Amino acid sequence: MISRNNTATTLSTEELQAKLEQRKAARKAFRAERARLREKRKAERTEVVEMRRGVYDNKNKFEYSLKLENGLSEEIVREISESKGEPEWMLNKRLEALEIFNKTPNPTWGPDLSAVDMNQISTYIRPKAQLESDWNSVPDNIRDTFNQLGIPEAELEMLSGVGAQYDSEVVYHNLKQRFKDMGVVYTDFDTAVREYPEIVQKYYGKCINPAMHRYAALHYAVWSGGSFVYVPKDVYVDIPLQSYFRLNAPGAGQFEHTLIILEEGADAHFIEGCSAPKYNTLNLHAGAVELFVSKNAHLRYSTIENWSRNMYNLNTKRAMVDEDGKIEWVSGSFGSAVSMLYPSSILRGEGASSEFTGITFAGQDQYLDTGAQVMHYAPNTYSSINSKSISKSNGIAIYRGLVDVGVNAHGSKSTVSCESLMLDNESRSDTIPTIRIQNDDVDLGHEAKIGRIDETAIFYLMSRGIPEEEAKAMIVRGFAEPIAKELPMEYAVEMNNLITLELKGAIG
Amino acid sequence: MTCLLQVKDLNVSVGDKQILKGVNLCIKPGEVHVVMGPNGAGKSTLANAIMAHPKYEVKGGSIEYKGEDISELSADERARKGIFLSFQTPIEVPGITVEEFLRSTKAQVSDEKLSVLKFRKSLKPILEELKLDESYLDRYLNVGFSGGEKKKTEILQMKVLDPDFVMLDEADSGLDVDAVRIVSEGVSKFLTEQKSCLIITHHSEILSSITPDFVHVIIDGKIVKEGDASLGQRIQKDGFEWIRQELGLKEPVAEEE
Repeated sequence: MISRNNTATTLSTEELQAKLEQRKAARKAFRAERARLREKRKAERTEVVEMRRGVYDNKNKFEYSLKLENGLSEEIVREISESKGEPEWMLNKRLEALEIFNKTPNPTWGPDLSAVDMNQISTYIRPKAQLESDWNSVPDNIRDTFNQLGIPEAELEMLSGVGAQYDSEVVYHNLKQRFKDMGVVYTDFDTAVREYPEIVQKYYGKCINPAMHRYAALHYAVWSGGSFVYVPKDVYVDIPLQSYFRLNAPGAGQFEHTLIILEEGADAHFIEGCSAPKYNTLNLHAGAVELFVSKNAHLRYSTIENWSRNMYNLNTKRAMVDEDGKIEWVSGSFGSAVSMLYPSSILRGEGASSEFTGITFAGQDQYLDTGAQVMHYAPNTYSSINSKSISKSNGIAIYRGLVDVGVNAHGSKSTVSCESLMLDNESRSDTIPTIRIQNDDVDLGHEAKIGRIDETAIFYLMSRGIPEEEAKAMIVRGFAEPIAKELPMEYAVEMNNLITLELKGAIG
Repeated sequence: MTCLLQVKDLNVSVGDKQILKGVNLCIKPGEVHVVMGPNGAGKSTLANAIMAHPKYEVKGGSIEYKGEDISELSADERARKGIFLSFQTPIEVPGITVEEFLRSTKAQVSDEKLSVLKFRKSLKPILEELKLDESYLDRYLNVGFSGGEKKKTEILQMKVLDPDFVMLDEADSGLDVDAVRIVSEGVSKFLTEQKSCLIITHHSEILSSITPDFVHVIIDGKIVKEGDASLGQRIQKDGFEWIRQELGLKEPVAEEE
């Protein structure tokens, strides 16, 4: 059983204020310089047309207690670690990762990432608010944002632990007493590093290695915030654990680390929602999600991501699944300039299974390269991938998937289905499914369907009195329905709203 | 009495190909008209053009409804004015249930606001009449429906939307005897003195339960012969060959509609 130390050990407000004073002058000069650079860049660059995204585009006044210099150096990494009061081993992990990052180039396949400039991204932003356990003490401007995103409703509806991330720090956290009683730990990752060092050290970085790719390395060097969930043996968490991430600072990257551990026979549903306001400077998101599903455990991980149109979303998500364990991914990718996201499942125990259901919407000037990966590394494992994509204007939606069946994965089964819907002649869609099989005793099915929105179907709906735009929206919502029905009601509604917003962009 | 729907010298093309070559039609309130003709003659084109299918381009002539020229209106605008087309091949719309669909369409064509429960209740007698189980309401529109179920769902939509002018494009094709009877009865019950109907068919099963006021024969994009119900019966018995011979028309090359 895990015990929790309730005394907060974050830096005190006084210490932060002192730091703030120290940096004030430097920051002022730095900001002026950055503003000048931004203006310059703006003049040089073709303006990206932004659509109205309603509440998702609301940004609050920029007000932070600590913001590091843009760019990445060892000093910055040390500073991040120090400000968090981290143990030595974590600092060392960060420095190792930094070294890997500096040696690793961008991938040579997929979307062009050359525009991701580390010198423009500040890696650490701490909101003025300290960690709160009570909703009423959360600062007004932060609460307003959450109000618009529907967090309090979720709270009112007695939904369970809401851990909401505001920029890089978790400002609001609430976990139901009964989960605590069950021994379930749900906290922000910074706290977990301090309070549950044995568990964190045992699992941290064991699922996703910093050497996987450049942005995994970057993540491990500069991670901040995120969620930590630990569910003990045979505990069934009957209400979804929710977390709402939100990026709100110009030029800021978000590098949250999520670590979820389900012990044998445990069962939980984690919901991650992301939305971000728009900004004209480059933005980068490189989080990492590490999931450990033990024997006979069951985890569902649902995400609705909705990034602003200038975001580079280079997130890494991976699950390790033991004997007869099951991971279910539900994934909705909206917004961003470029997304590269391939949640992967490593089925390492006999009878382990993975189900992936995902949808991607690529609108104007977006390049969404998404998919799923499954590694069958044990006998009698099962996986299914059901991917849908929608593209419009000059948006590009690529499905890039991998099913890898190892030598000892006999008796395994996998089905992959990809469906793409293009809404006009300018959009582009493609599927790149890779399948590697290293033994004879497997059952594999693959199905891909790429098509344009059916003119006759639009006419059919119109002939019943439905205006053209609504007819299109209905067809698209219908296409997305298999995903929507996997989501809890409020998220399904949000997804449908997003689809409607995206489609409206086509008219305006 | 004036025409409810009047088609004047209608010329319609699909792509570069002219299908309708000057069709005239006047349908008065309460009248049932039947358009018959061999495959490829332009029957479906007529119905689709009246409904404003974007693929069917009106090159000349006009369409008037309730005294107003509707030639420039889009399909949804025409539907909201009370025109309905039962499709020859109803489209499958995955992800949208029959009930959701009916509710959205009803909201578009009428100001009547019905609660979810009341609306569902109002559907019950129609479902019973069409011998459709209530579970159809929860299924995705036409997805995995048999031919008969699709056609019945068209009639269900017609009854819910309650239009003044309905076009039935091969409402009875591909159905077994029972389904034809159910669909025909459903239509004939719907047709009252105020409702007008244009039935498109290349045979006339449906005419056993609905007696038309007028029968028009289309061959090669033109109405070549008109008559009353007896013309329909003659065609049912003898086909179209005698009309061709009578009018000295040559056998057309098979065309797709």
